[in-house]
Amino acid sequence: MTNTIFAERKDQVHRKGEEPFQMTCDKESLAGAVSQRACVFCGSRVVLYPITDALHLVHGPIGCAVYTWDIRGALSSGPELHRHSYSTDLQESDVIFGGEDKLYRALIQLIERINPKAAFVYSTCIVGIIGDDLNGVCKKVEREKGIPVIPVESEGFKGNKRAGYNAACRAMFQLVGTGPIDDISPLSVNILGDFNLAGEIWIVRDYFERMGINVVANITGDGRVDDLRRAHGAALNLVQCSGSTIDLAKMMQDEYQIPFLRVSYFGVEDMADSLYKVADFFKDLEPAIMENTKELVRDELSKLYPKLKQYRKALEGKKAAIYVGGAFKAFSLVKAFRHLGMTVELVGSQTGTEEDYKELHEITDPGTIIVDDSNPLELSSFLQEKDVDIFVGGVKERPIAYKLGVGFCDHNHERKEALEGFVGMLNFAKEVYSTVTSPVWRFTPRQQALSSKPQEMDVLNERKAIEN
Amino acid sequence: MKEKRLKTKKEPYVATTDSCKLCAPLGACLAFKGVEGSVPFLHGSQGCATYMRRYVISHFREPVDIASSSLGEKHAIYGGGPNLKQGLKNVMSKYHCGLIGVATTCLTETIGDDTSRLVKEFQDEFSEETLKHGRPSIVNVSTPSYSGSHIDGFQSAVRAIVDQLASNLPSCGNTVNLFPGFVSPADTRYLKEIVHDFGLNPVILPDISETLDAPAAVEYEKIPSGGTPIASIKAMGTASFSVEFGRCLTDSISAAKVLADRFKVPSKKLGTPIGLRETDIFMNTLEEISCRKTPVKYELERGRLIDSYVDGHKYISGKRAVIYGDPDMVVGLASFLTEIGIKPVLCATGAKSQHFHTAIKAVTEGILDETPEVSDNIDFFDIEETAEKFRPDVLLGSSKGYKLARKWNIPLVRLGFPIHDRFGAQRICQLGYKGTQDLFDMIVNAVIQATQDRSPIGYTYI
Repeated sequence: MTNTIFAERKDQVHRKGEEPFQMTCDKESLAGAVSQRACVFCGSRVVLYPITDALHLVHGPIGCAVYTWDIRGALSSGPELHRHSYSTDLQESDVIFGGEDKLYRALIQLIERINPKAAFVYSTCIVGIIGDDLNGVCKKVEREKGIPVIPVESEGFKGNKRAGYNAACRAMFQLVGTGPIDDISPLSVNILGDFNLAGEIWIVRDYFERMGINVVANITGDGRVDDLRRAHGAALNLVQCSGSTIDLAKMMQDEYQIPFLRVSYFGVEDMADSLYKVADFFKDLEPAIMENTKELVRDELSKLYPKLKQYRKALEGKKAAIYVGGAFKAFSLVKAFRHLGMTVELVGSQTGTEEDYKELHEITDPGTIIVDDSNPLELSSFLQEKDVDIFVGGVKERPIAYKLGVGFCDHNHERKEALEGFVGMLNFAKEVYSTVTSPVWRFTPRQQALSSKPQEMDVLNERKAIEN
Repeated sequence: MKEKRLKTKKEPYVATTDSCKLCAPLGACLAFKGVEGSVPFLHGSQGCATYMRRYVISHFREPVDIASSSLGEKHAIYGGGPNLKQGLKNVMSKYHCGLIGVATTCLTETIGDDTSRLVKEFQDEFSEETLKHGRPSIVNVSTPSYSGSHIDGFQSAVRAIVDQLASNLPSCGNTVNLFPGFVSPADTRYLKEIVHDFGLNPVILPDISETLDAPAAVEYEKIPSGGTPIASIKAMGTASFSVEFGRCLTDSISAAKVLADRFKVPSKKLGTPIGLRETDIFMNTLEEISCRKTPVKYELERGRLIDSYVDGHKYISGKRAVIYGDPDMVVGLASFLTEIGIKPVLCATGAKSQHFHTAIKAVTEGILDETPEVSDNIDFFDIEETAEKFRPDVLLGSSKGYKLARKWNIPLVRLGFPIHDRFGAQRICQLGYKGTQDLFDMIVNAVIQATQDRSPIGYTYI
C-alpha cells in the first residue's frame, strides 16, 4: 500500500483518525505521477463554455480545441454556438513567424459568419511562449466589429485548473456592468457556478421562481452575453462550485457591493439549506418568500422521500468512494451517500483548497481516506483496500472502477443525467442503485475470486487433510 | 488542391471549425500503447496528457495511463529537463515498465528542449537507478502538435520505436513484420490470426489487441498485458519480410523503410486491406512470402463475401457516400465502396497528405469513370459545405460526423477514431474478408433501415 504512494505525495494523502489532520494541497502535480488533473486552459474553457451566444476561439494548435469540442452536457434554450470547436489551428510557420495575423483574420471571418454577441479568445501554452499580443488583436477586432472581444489568459502551463477559473472570471467581469439594469427586480439573484448539465439550471430556476425570486444571469449554464452585462443589477450572487466562480462573485462584491452566498443544489439537505438561505436573505424585503420556500420544500420532499426509502433499503451499509474535480461537489456527495445509508471510504479532489479538505475532514467518518491530486495507481489501490461498492468520478476514473469490478456513477461535466435539486437526488439514488445492484459484478473474475476465496480455501484444506 | 477549389467558391476560412483531426502527441501515445509493458509519457504541461487520456478512454473504455512531465511556468522558461528526468524516474519506480515512450508536445518543442539529449543524459546520470528497475527502454519521438495530425504522430512513433530498438539480434522462427497503422484491437487480433495461418510468425507493431481491449481480470493491472514484445521488436531486423499498410504513408515516417535501409529486410507497402481487391493483394503477398496457398478458411470467407456482394447489391447500388477520417482508412473504404457499387462522392481527411489524392484515384480507377472529389486538410465545416451539393445517402467515419448525419437525416456508419457515441468501437472489425463482410452487412442494413424509416408502410419483409 505505502509503496503505491510517491514519497513526494505522502502529505497529500490523509487517513482520518490516524494522525492529526494536516494536508498539503494546491501544489504542482508530480512529474510522472499520471495526475488526473488538466490545465489552466481547461479551467477557463469549462467555465466559459456554456455561454451559448458567444464565439469561443482557441488560439493554438488543434489539440486544445478538439479535445474540448462539445464535451460538456451543458444545454441551451436557444443558441448553440458553444457546441462548436473553433481554433486557429496554429501551424509550424505560425509558430515561427507569430500567429497574430492568423488570429486577426480568423476572428474577423468567424464573427462575420456566425454573428456572435461576444468573442472569447483563449490563449494556450504555445501562445504564451511565442508571445502573440492577444490583447492587441482583440482590441483591434473589437473596434472593427463592434462586439466585445475578450482575451482569456489561459496558457496551460501557468498553474492548474484553478488558475484557469480565475482567468475565466476576469474575462467575464469585463462584460459585467455594461448593460441596462433599470427593470431588474430587487428580489433577484445571479446563479453562479452552475453549468446547466442535463438542464439542471432549469430545475433550480424553477425553484427560485416558485419562491418569488427572479434570476438575472445564469453564470454560465445556458448563459447569455447580454445577461452577463446586466448581472450587476442583481441583489445577490449565489455561488455553487465555488472553485470556478467565487472570484467573479468577489469582484462583483468589491465593485458593485453585491453580496454572495455559497450554495449547493446537490442532495436533499444542501438543496433545502440553500433555498432557505436565499429566503432568509430576502425575507425582510418580502416576507412571503419564507412561506413559499417552506411549502416548496415540503411539497418536493413529500414526493421524494417515499421513493428514496425504497432505494435506501437496498443500499444500506454499502460503501462508496469519491474522486471528483472540485472538492465542493464532494461535500454534497458525502451527505448524499449518508442519506442513502451508505458510508464513504475515500474522498478526494483534483484541486481542493486547504479549507476544502478541512471541511471534508470534519464531515467524514474515521478511517476515511482523504486525498489531493491523486492518480490511477493510488485510486485503484484505495478502492481495493476499502472494497467499495461504488466509485463516483469522471471519464478517467470510470475504467479504474470497472476493471476492479466496482460500480460507477458519472459525476462530471459530461453527464447527461440531472443530479441537482430534489429530483436530482432521486436520479442519483436510481443511478447508484442500478450500478451497485447490477448482477454483472458477480461474473467478474475479481469478485468471483473474492467471494469464492473462503470456500476454495476450505476445499483445499479439506483435500490436504485427506491427502495427508 | 483544396485551397484552389475553395477559392473558386469563396475565400477560404482561416479558422478550423469542428476539426476532423487530432494532434500528433495523441497518435504517438496510441502507438506506444501497443508495445508490451509500455507507458506513454508526454513531455509537456499536465493538461495534454489528461485531455488525451480522457479522449482515448472514451473510445476504448479501458484505463489509459499517460504520464506527463507536468511542466509549470518556471520550466517553460528554464527548460523542462529536470522534470522530464524526475518523471521518468517516477514512472520506472511505480510502473515497473519495459518501455517508456516519450513524445514531445508543442510546448517542449517550442521552448527548445532537446529530448533525445535529455533522455541520453538521464540514462547516464541514473544508470544504477534504471538498472534497479530492470533498465526499461526509452524511446523518444518528436511530435509538435502544430505539425501534422494524430496519424503523423502515430506513424512517427512506430518509426521511432523501430529506429531506436530494432537490431539484427537472432529471432525464433520465420518472422514477418507487419505494420498495420492505426486499426482497431479486433482488427489487430484478426491480422495476427491470418498471418499465423500462413505458417508465419507475425510481429505486429503496434499490437493494441489486448492493451486497449483487455479482458476482465482478477488483479488490477498497472500496465495491461499484451502488446508487441520488446524482444520481438529488437529482432525485427532479422525478419524475412516487412509488410506495411498505408498507400498514403510517406517514406520519411515508414518503419519498414528503416528496416530495409539498415538491415536489408525486404518490404512491401500495401493498401489497408478493406474490401475484396485490397485484401486479395494482402493475401497474395502472404502467399508469396510464405510460399503457401491461401488457407481454405480464407478462400471460404472470400467466397461468402462475394456471394453477399451479389445478394445485397440492389439495396445499395448507385448510393452516394461521404467518407472522412484517417487517410489510409478513407482510401480503403473508397476502394471497398467502389467495388460494391456505392459512389464515394467525397473522400475527406483532416490530415495533410500528399499521396491521398493519387491513392484514391488508384483504388477507384477502372470501376469509377472519374475520381471522386478528394480533400485533405479539411474540417467538418468544409465537409458540410462541400458535401451538401452531392445529397449523400450515407456517411462513413467517426462519431464526430453525427451532427451532419442528423441534419441531413441519413445514416452514419461509425468507423475509425474516435467513436464516442456508440458502444464497442474496439471490437469493430473492418479488415480482411471477414472485416469487410461485417462492414458490408452494416452498410446494407443502414441503407435498408433508412429506407424503412422513410416508408409510410414499414415493411417487415424486404
